[in-house]
Amino acid sequence: MNPIDIAIQYWPRLLDGTLMTIKLTFLGALIAALFSPGLALIRANATPVAQAPLRLYISFMRGTPILGQLFLIYYGSGQFRPFLQDWGLWGFFRDPFNCALLAFALNSTAYQTEILRGGILGVARGEVEAAKAIGMTRLQILRRVIFPHAYRIAWPALGNEIILLMKASALASVVTVFDIMGRTRQIFSRSFDFSIYLWAALIYLCITAIFVLLWRQGEARLSRHIGPRSEGRSILSPPEGPQP
Amino acid sequence: MSEAEIILKAEDIHKSFGAVEVLKGISLEARQGDVISILGSSGSGKSTFLRCLNFLETPTSGKVTIHGEEIQVRDGKPLNARHIETVRSRLGMVFQQFNLWSHRTALENVMEGPVQVKGTPKAAARAAAEALLERVGLKDRMDMYPSQLSGGQQQRVAIARALAMEPDAILFDEPTSALDPELVGEVLKVMQSLAAEGRTMIVVTHEMAFARDVSSEVVFLHQGRIAERGAPEQMFTNPQTEVFQRFIATVK
Repeated sequence: MNPIDIAIQYWPRLLDGTLMTIKLTFLGALIAALFSPGLALIRANATPVAQAPLRLYISFMRGTPILGQLFLIYYGSGQFRPFLQDWGLWGFFRDPFNCALLAFALNSTAYQTEILRGGILGVARGEVEAAKAIGMTRLQILRRVIFPHAYRIAWPALGNEIILLMKASALASVVTVFDIMGRTRQIFSRSFDFSIYLWAALIYLCITAIFVLLWRQGEARLSRHIGPRSEGRSILSPPEGPQP
Repeated sequence: MSEAEIILKAEDIHKSFGAVEVLKGISLEARQGDVISILGSSGSGKSTFLRCLNFLETPTSGKVTIHGEEIQVRDGKPLNARHIETVRSRLGMVFQQFNLWSHRTALENVMEGPVQVKGTPKAAARAAAEALLERVGLKDRMDMYPSQLSGGQQQRVAIARALAMEPDAILFDEPTSALDPELVGEVLKVMQSLAAEGRTMIVVTHEMAFARDVSSEVVFLHQGRIAERGAPEQMFTNPQTEVFQRFIATVK
């Protein structure tokens, strides 16, 4: 069969897989985004002793393969089945989607926390002092000054992390989640047509491209106070206009 | 003038950074309408003292009273820390580096304090902010971001931001030191007009002309202590201490 026929025959499955990949990535990144601001504040401000458990968690998540983390949760939970059943958690861990989502959320939380910590440390001290001096409470300073700047600084790196997470989500297919990769393997095992992998690659590429476009819109919005930057020019480019 | 109400009172402020004692017991009293210039060479502790008044630095010990709100510090711990935010909201502060919120326009910078801290309705805060920006000569720049303004313009926005809180007194921390020489005048002019309308101001400065012509009292700090204080005309024409004599000789 030619590649077009393959796509025509199997597109419903591919679409289903695409939605699964997006769902897994979006939810994983979202859950991580809910926890990372608080954790990043701890990383940026707490004493070394107080943040030791957090650093251990982050080191583990960043220092071990995400596939290993997924196995640990998916197969590891089986070992504790009686215990989990007692707690009423077995229903959750029995579903491979939940296990994959948990693994990705835990992993991305670690990365997002570190990225955001860098953003928080990059906020100009003077602006924080001005907020204190005018009488803002700690919470107001966080909401009105620190986080708006921290997210702007962290934004490109956060986008990168989400793209990496999207690609890593292909690992979920190993524990029988039918994402793009899962569907592709399933289709291949029936058709033995290699071109389905090319279609899968194309879908991943499209998702990434669309995401990058959207993310850039967000970046432009967050950075509008820095002033317009002409496209394709950097601070290192030679000045415009006639050269001597 | 001495019958006027005491706005701000600092008593026996001490501050140490580690083993170094930067402030060795400084007291100051500002009455309604006073303009107090704090002079001193680099390292004399003048900025640190100013920052102790609104607790951007916590004194090691001492007492600050603003309009009856009293904060006592012992062993580097304020005894009623809850009042610090109230005290701060009653003291405006203008920084050497302006410290405008760079992600907000000039107008938003001026509105921010009243809306967030005082709970002023947005429309009212906006009207007041526009009037203040007009007063500092920046009405046509109010929708610009700080990065689009010159240093002098930024500092004038910062003054408007402080005024928007209707503070009991305004602290100026070397407000013209980061400005190009040709921009100093526009900021000093605004400060002068504030003094003329009876604002209570405490100004750490290197501008001798401002200290001499505008202030009602000059305080000279030397090595963490007040070496000399008094009315400006008397201090500049007839300095009592050798250190202050030497200081005015070097800055002239």
